[in-house]
Amino acid sequence: MSQHRTAGEDLALLTAHEASRCLAEGKVSSVQLTQRMLDRISQSQNNVFITVNLKALEEAAAADARRAKGEVRGPLDGIPMALKDNISTQGLRTTCASRMLADFVPPYSATVARRLSDAGCVLLGKLNMDEFAMGSTSENSYFGAVKNPKDPQRVAGGSSGGSAAAVAENLAYFTLGSDTGGSVRQPAAMCGVMGMKPTYGRISRYGVVAFASSLDQIGPITKDAEDCALVLAAIAGKDPYDGSSLANPLPDYLAALEGGAKGLRIGIPKEYMGEGISPEVRAAVEAMAKTLEDQGAVVESCSLPRTEYALSAYYVISSAEACSNLGRYDGVKYGYRTKEYKNLAEMIEKTRSEGFGDEVKRRILLGTYTLSAGYFDAYYKRAQQARTLIMEDFRKVFHQYDVLLTPTSPVTAWPLGQKHANPLELYAMDVCTVSVNVAGLPACSVPCGLDSQGLPIGAQFIANTLGEAVLLRAAAAAEKGGSV
Amino acid sequence: MTITIETVQHIAHLAKLQLSDTEMSRLADEMEKIVGFADKLGELDIEGVKPTTHAVAVHNVLRDDELKPSYDRGKILQNAPERDAACFLVPKVVE
Amino acid sequence: MDEFKTVIGLEVHAELDTKSKIYCGCTTEFGGEENTHVCPICSGMPGVLPMLNRKVVEYCVRAGLALNCAINPYSRQDRKHYFYPDLPKAFQTSQFDQPLCLKGYVDIVADGQPKRIGITRIHIEEDAGKLIHEVGQTRVDYNRCGVPLIEIVTEPDFENSAQVHAFLEALREILLYTEVSNCKMEEGSLRCDVNLSIHRVGEPFGTRTEMKNLNSFSAAVAAVQYEAQRQRRVLSAGGKITQDTLRWDDAAGNNYVMRSKEDADEYFYFPEPDIMPMVLSDGYIDRIRQTLPELPAHRRERYVSQMGLPLYDAQLLTVSKFISDFFDQTVAAGAQPKSVSNFIMGDIMRLLNERGWAAEKLPISAQSMAELLSLIEKGAISNSMGSKVIEIMFDEAKSPTDIVQERGMAQVSDAGAIREMCRQVIAENPKIVDDYKGGKVKAITALVGQVMKMSRGKANPSMVNQLLEELLN
Repeated sequence: MSQHRTAGEDLALLTAHEASRCLAEGKVSSVQLTQRMLDRISQSQNNVFITVNLKALEEAAAADARRAKGEVRGPLDGIPMALKDNISTQGLRTTCASRMLADFVPPYSATVARRLSDAGCVLLGKLNMDEFAMGSTSENSYFGAVKNPKDPQRVAGGSSGGSAAAVAENLAYFTLGSDTGGSVRQPAAMCGVMGMKPTYGRISRYGVVAFASSLDQIGPITKDAEDCALVLAAIAGKDPYDGSSLANPLPDYLAALEGGAKGLRIGIPKEYMGEGISPEVRAAVEAMAKTLEDQGAVVESCSLPRTEYALSAYYVISSAEACSNLGRYDGVKYGYRTKEYKNLAEMIEKTRSEGFGDEVKRRILLGTYTLSAGYFDAYYKRAQQARTLIMEDFRKVFHQYDVLLTPTSPVTAWPLGQKHANPLELYAMDVCTVSVNVAGLPACSVPCGLDSQGLPIGAQFIANTLGEAVLLRAAAAAEKGGSV
Repeated sequence: MTITIETVQHIAHLAKLQLSDTEMSRLADEMEKIVGFADKLGELDIEGVKPTTHAVAVHNVLRDDELKPSYDRGKILQNAPERDAACFLVPKVVE
Repeated sequence: MDEFKTVIGLEVHAELDTKSKIYCGCTTEFGGEENTHVCPICSGMPGVLPMLNRKVVEYCVRAGLALNCAINPYSRQDRKHYFYPDLPKAFQTSQFDQPLCLKGYVDIVADGQPKRIGITRIHIEEDAGKLIHEVGQTRVDYNRCGVPLIEIVTEPDFENSAQVHAFLEALREILLYTEVSNCKMEEGSLRCDVNLSIHRVGEPFGTRTEMKNLNSFSAAVAAVQYEAQRQRRVLSAGGKITQDTLRWDDAAGNNYVMRSKEDADEYFYFPEPDIMPMVLSDGYIDRIRQTLPELPAHRRERYVSQMGLPLYDAQLLTVSKFISDFFDQTVAAGAQPKSVSNFIMGDIMRLLNERGWAAEKLPISAQSMAELLSLIEKGAISNSMGSKVIEIMFDEAKSPTDIVQERGMAQVSDAGAIREMCRQVIAENPKIVDDYKGGKVKAITALVGQVMKMSRGKANPSMVNQLLEELLN
């Protein structure tokens, strides 16, 4: 466990659990924390927020009032946080970083937003991202690219680039992102913070604007494992509005942090450490393995033979589901509508062509192609069969290991604009993260040192279904070992 | 698989997207690469493998037949690009 | 002349009679101001998710069992995609390759001939919204959006419009009896599409057309006749049928092309990831089977063969499940079937009609009805007095015995009193008595009438008859 800092230092640097303790000890108010964050947000140059919540201070004052009356709702009461802008917030615009929804104000809140609000959290605002969560750089935003706080010339990763950058830049105590193929873990890695994608179904998707329904999952981005445990405990669990949400009881995530590395069985799948992984990243992950081994973990090499198909399966499934989920943006009910049109058909086509950015259109076309007559069996159905095989691979290795350890991203953050022209090269960057979504498993990215340019490296732990507790245990042990 | 401009045109029509000629040829190019990459799935031996349609093995998730209040109409219509007091408005639909 | 054979299949959509919509808690109630039965889920807002209504599955299984279908132990929902402003998600959540019910049948009689119509499948899906066309614009109302439907797809087993009509009647009856749909055509609760092709005898099936917008049974009949004739004309003239989707214009009595095959939709069906599959156990299916009511065709058969009722009675009694149940319960309480039937078809139907009441509003219990019939049978009141008692029972919640007692309606069967009245009538009507004695035997009915009048309807008519004959001879 990291040693606890107090209100004596810059409030912005506190973790959520440290801020929570300061609130509990009366050393600081939620209004103070919130004001500090709002000040930093207004000074930030990294294009992290799309919308700032004008009611944040009001919410903070309400939290302080509750505390004064002894009606504290829990450890997150009064903690300022922010949400990726694909998480619906009643009365606060939710844009998905798209021109299509630039003015959309939902009359409802996502279950996760409601749960955090019920836990007393203060909503600072909505975070920049790749349009409709499609991308791995957060450059595909109608509101402009997010810059990496560690090096503003570089990408923050994506698609939850704003969510990771906000935590890295101390603009929020924690944030939520969404992860369809690595979109929480990869930007967390590139910004040097922790990000977890829980088991598919562990957290309600209700109110999270759908990209690929069978892969999407909400996840916390935090400064450390303890914060991750706190946030997970607040948002996980069955939701009557999400049929895919799981009813399994929640374990004690905070207790899991204390498990330590001793006896932890760690597998390193060799398919994740081969060609395409930068030597510096590979070395950092190996060093982390060594540290954990020194603490008593058992580390071995293992194999997930069908890993190479995960990326293809991922792009086929996610694009097909995306083309279905994005059909509703037609200029009829909400969102952008083109200005000039002769008839309904033209209105719909022009609206969609002008409202969506290039990457979104590319995925819609790919999805339409793979679902169209004659191709369904060759692509979508085959991808789902590949999915079965990939899940089988994982099931086998989890007989032997508690967690798997891999790089989160094959490389560290690259310069803005560098890979923008080559979609396929960009897609290949998701190679370490997508199979987890394809298999519905939980995984997290933890900071794993810096490369020679001082850029953060992320290591990924993967666990079996509903293994969030063991992920937290491994992440906490990795923190304790210190970064390499 | 070769993706021609005609294919892109057809797919774009199905997806209700209007693309310029330059977009069309660029996308034909990109899609050919991406589809080629998806074609990798063809290498897999999938004989007799059941497709995974849902990521969790849960079934019969049903709700009771109970009424919940509907939303205030103003809230339903508030984001409509064009509306009157009661309805969404679209250009005349010819049936 | 009849060198062509017509081949017809139907796709019938029935709205299910649930309280709430298929994926959200909004009401399914018909009407209401535009967009007032709407929430983010049924209007397809970003990020919302569907949650399947348990009753929808149950009702579809009920309908399936009543239509002799096999119930699919594994079933799931799929997305069917098309762009149209009445479909807010740009896909309809439906079922594609794993529907809830498969392979059933309905037995019908058309033109006096029995015929079995195969059911290919029944699946659940959601209804679309309503487009209101005005000059220069179309208004969109999502009140109906998400109302649960079952789609019943038949085999191409129909040969003519009479069979189509008989099938629709039989189907309507079954859906009403199983209480899965209110089948109100005027509210669009039951609609059908027709697939029709014709071919020369001995040749393979012809190209079929699909016809939509058939909102009444008469429209379906007229549309089938029209389309069969149209195709016959085209083929006879050496033309070709194209695989078009047609729209029936009921007012004009003709159809026109909505869509030709070239721009047929591609629906991109794929499994709905947001709705978990349905796995139905034998126990679940059996429990639903046990709640199925006896179906109308079976009831008619029983009324005729076991109770000896004329087919006419059986048909009238089964027009409504409520009436048929009332009939069965009254018989079960000890009444004679034919007497119950007479009273239902006579007084009860008349009184309901006069008041404009639906059968379900009948204020008489089967027990009271049986009690009334037993009073008649015992001779305590006359048949015509029984009619009066029923009328009173429509307005007052009293038992027939109490009504008869309170109002002194009991039949007089005291031979002495009746004999006295008969003597008086004979004395007062010498002309009629002469006629009778002169051989006009029927003249006695006039005397009976006089005695009944004198007794204010209460004298036992058969005793009057008997005593008059006695006194006159």
